[in-house]
Amino acid sequence: MSDTAIFRAEGLSKTYPGVKANDAISFEVRPGDIHALLGENGAGKSTLVKTIYGLVRPDEGRMWMNGASFEPADPNAARAAGVGMVFQHFSLFDAMNVAENIALGLDHPPPRRELASRIATLSEEYGLPLNPARQVADLSAGERQRVEIIRALLGDPRLLIMDEPTSVLTPQEAEILFATLRKLAAKGTSILYISHKLEEIRSHCDRATILRGGRVIDSCDPREHSARELAAMMVGGEMREIDRSGRSPGEVLLTVDNLSLAAQSVEGTALKSVSLELRAGEVLAIGGVAGNGQEELLAALSGEIPSPAGTVTLAGEDLSRAGPALRRRAGLLAAPEDRLGHAAVPGFSLVDNALLTATVRQDLAPGGMIRHGAARDYTQKVIAEFDVRTPGPDTAARALSGGNLQKFVIGREVLQAPRVLVVNQPTWGVDAGAAASIRQALLNLAAGGAGVIVISQDLDELLELGDRFCALNEGRLSEPRPVEGLSLDQIGLMLGGAHGMEAAHVAT
Amino acid sequence: MWQLEPRSDAPLIWQFATPVMAVIATMLTGALLFGLMGYDPVAAIRTIFWDPLFGASAGYSRPQLLVKAGPLILIACGLAVGFRAGIWNIGAEGQYIMGGIAGAAVALAAYPAEGWWIFPAMVVAGALGGWAWGMIPAVLRNWFGASEILVSLMLVYVAQKIAAWMAFGPMRNPEGFGMPGSRNLSQYPAASNPEMFPGTGIHWGVIAASFAVFGIWVLMSRHIRGLQIRAAGEAPRAARFAGVRPSALVGFCLGLSGALAGMAGLFEAAGPAGQITDSFGSGYGFTAIIVAFLGRLHPVGILLAGLLMALTYIGGDIAQLMLQLPAATVQVFQGMLLFYLLGFDLLTRYRIRRRIAA
Repeated sequence: MSDTAIFRAEGLSKTYPGVKANDAISFEVRPGDIHALLGENGAGKSTLVKTIYGLVRPDEGRMWMNGASFEPADPNAARAAGVGMVFQHFSLFDAMNVAENIALGLDHPPPRRELASRIATLSEEYGLPLNPARQVADLSAGERQRVEIIRALLGDPRLLIMDEPTSVLTPQEAEILFATLRKLAAKGTSILYISHKLEEIRSHCDRATILRGGRVIDSCDPREHSARELAAMMVGGEMREIDRSGRSPGEVLLTVDNLSLAAQSVEGTALKSVSLELRAGEVLAIGGVAGNGQEELLAALSGEIPSPAGTVTLAGEDLSRAGPALRRRAGLLAAPEDRLGHAAVPGFSLVDNALLTATVRQDLAPGGMIRHGAARDYTQKVIAEFDVRTPGPDTAARALSGGNLQKFVIGREVLQAPRVLVVNQPTWGVDAGAAASIRQALLNLAAGGAGVIVISQDLDELLELGDRFCALNEGRLSEPRPVEGLSLDQIGLMLGGAHGMEAAHVAT
Repeated sequence: MWQLEPRSDAPLIWQFATPVMAVIATMLTGALLFGLMGYDPVAAIRTIFWDPLFGASAGYSRPQLLVKAGPLILIACGLAVGFRAGIWNIGAEGQYIMGGIAGAAVALAAYPAEGWWIFPAMVVAGALGGWAWGMIPAVLRNWFGASEILVSLMLVYVAQKIAAWMAFGPMRNPEGFGMPGSRNLSQYPAASNPEMFPGTGIHWGVIAASFAVFGIWVLMSRHIRGLQIRAAGEAPRAARFAGVRPSALVGFCLGLSGALAGMAGLFEAAGPAGQITDSFGSGYGFTAIIVAFLGRLHPVGILLAGLLMALTYIGGDIAQLMLQLPAATVQVFQGMLLFYLLGFDLLTRYRIRRRIAA
C-alpha cells in the first residue's frame, strides 16, 4: 500500500440481515486516477460507495483520505473531507429551479447571484450546458444529471464518486463528460467511477476494482483486459450471448399516422407529425437524446396523453382516444423510463405494483374487486421468470435495486403477452447481466410474434435489438432504416450530433 | 442551527403508537394547563375522559357519544379517501351545511304530507346537496387549476351565510312567531330522524356511519379503485400510467366526501339539531379533518378517533357544567391533539440534529 493514495480502504465489511454486502474490501485510489468500480447488481458497489460517502457505517475495516484516518459520520463529514458524489437516482426537488436545488445541496451556499454565475462558469468550463433558472420538473433525465454533477463539482472534491453517470448520455455527450473527468483528474481530483459499460471503462479508466458477491475479485488495469474478460470476472462465468434468431416480420400491428402533440409543459417537447409502422415480430429501435420527445411518444402510445382520432391504430382498431386501460385490453402495453414514480409507485408492494398495470389483461380484479391471491401469483411469476432479487412480493418497490426493479417492470408487461410493447430506456442503470436478460426477453417477445418498440439512448442496445432504426430529434421521427449495415457515423448524423454540446469549450 | 434529517428506519409500530402518544400528551398538557389555571388537574381530566362513560351521569352522556361520533365518522370516511389521493377537501363543514339545507328543504316542501318516501328522499337530497357543494371546487380545479383547499374552505363561509339566509328567510317557520329557524323536523314524524333504541343514541346517521366505515374499507383495501386512489396520492404519474384520469379522480373524491358530509348534515338537521338555524354548522366538518388524520386515514382508525373526539365534546360540556371550565376547553383539546399527532408523526420520520456552523 502506498502512502500516496488519495483514498484507501482496508478490510471494509458490512453485514445486513441475511446478506454480507461488503466482505473485507480493500482497495486504493491514486491521485488523478479515474478508478472504475465494476460489479453486478448486489455485488456490493452501492454499499461500498455509501460507506465512503458517510451514509453507511462499516461493521469492520478502516479508511484513509490523504493518509489521514477517515471515518465519516455523515455525508457532511465526507464532503468536508473532500468526497463528492453524484447519485444514480437524482435527489432533486421538482418544484425548484436548478440554482435553488444546487444551493440546497451545499453546506454553505453563496448568495444567489454569485451561485448562478458560478454554475454558468462551471457548466461552460466542463461542457455541461445548464440554465440555472430552469425548473427541475421540466428537465430530462440527462439534464437532471448535469445538475447533480455540477452540484458535486461546486464542493471542489478531491474524490468524486460517480454512480453510472453516462447511462443517460449519448456517445458524444459521454465523450465530453470523459473530457470533463480527464480535466478534473489532471488537476488531481480522483474519480471513483461506477459503471457497467465495459468498453467505456476500458477506454477511459486507469484502474478497475471488480466486485462480486461483496468481495474484491481483482484490481487491475482495464486497458490490459478485454471486455469479455472483465465481464467474466464480474459475473463469474461466461457472458450469455444475445440470441436474435427466429424473427420474421409479419403483418402491420401498430400504425402511428401523422401524430402531432403540443408540448405538455413549458420545457416539454412537442411531437411533430410522427408516423411509424410496426410489424408483428419486429423490433423498432428509436434512438435520440432524452428530452427530444421520448417521454411524450411513450405517453402518446401508453394512452396517458390521448391524441386526435386516427393517429394511433392497433391492428385496425383506432386507439387514439382510448386511455391506458383500454389500450392494455387491446394489447398495447408500455414500460416508461422512470422506474420509481412512473412505472411503479415507490411505496407500494410489488403485488400492488403488479395490480397497477396487469389488472386488465390478467383479470386480477373482476368487477373491481381485487383477487389478491391471483395478484400474488402473478407477481411471484414475474419475480421467478425475470430473476427479480427481492425478499418477497410484499417488499416495497423502492427497496429494490434499480436493476431488479427494472426487471420487475419489464417482466410485468412482457408476461401479459402484449401484442405491442413500447419500452423507454429499458436497461438504464441496470448491470450487464440484468440488461442482457431484459434484452433477451424483448427479443423473445418479438420472436413470439409481438411488435416491440425500444426507445433508448444506448446505441449499442438499439443496434443489438433493432431490426430497423430511426431517430427522434426535437419531436420529429426520422425515416426508419434497416439496422443491418448501419454505421455508427450514419447514426450520429441521424441523431443530429451532440445537441448543444460544444466540445470546443473543453480543453484537454 | 437545528435541522430535520430523514430517518432511514421508521418502524411500522409507530403508525399505531403515535396516535396513542398524542392522546396521552394531550391529557398531560391539558392537566398542566388546568393546574396552572387553578383547577384540580386530575379531576378535570377525569371529568373529560372518564365521567362521560363511567361517571355518575353516564346514563345521560353515554348515548351522546354515538350522536356526536356518527357525523364525525361519516364525514371523516369521505375525507380520508380524498386525503389518500392528495386531494384536500377542507370544506366538509360547508358540504355538511348544504346537505342539511337540501335535505330539510325536501321535508319542508312535503310538509305536512305523510309517506314512507319522505325520509329517503331527504337522505338523497342531503347527499346531493353536499355532493354539489363539493363539486364546485372540483370543477374549478379541473377547469382552471384553482386550489381545492382554498375554494372548499371559502365555500364554508358561503354555506354559513346561506344557512343564515334560509333561517331568516325562505325556510323560516311560518308558525314560529317570527323566531329565526325552520320548522322542527323532530315534530314531523315522516321527516324526523329519531333515536332508534332508547338510551343508545343510535339514529340513522350512526347506521350510515357504520356502513361508511365498512364501505370505505372495502373501497380502499379490496377494490382496484382504492388502489388507484392510493397510487395517485403517492405517485401521480404512476397512477396516470395505470389509467387514472386525474380530473375524474378529483371529481370522485370531492364528490364522495361532499356527499357523505351532506348526508351527515341531513341526519343532524332531521335528528339531534331538528331544524335549520343560522348556526346550523357546528364544526363537525372541521373536527372530522382531525378525526381522519388521527385515525391514520384508515376506516377502523377513524372509527376509534371519531369516538375519542366525541368524548372530548361531551367531556368538555360536562367539565363546563361541573367545574366551570371555559367553553373553549374542547377546542383547545382538539387543537392540541392534532398538534401533537403531527408533531409525533414528524419525529417518527425525521430526527432533529444540531448542526454547528463551521
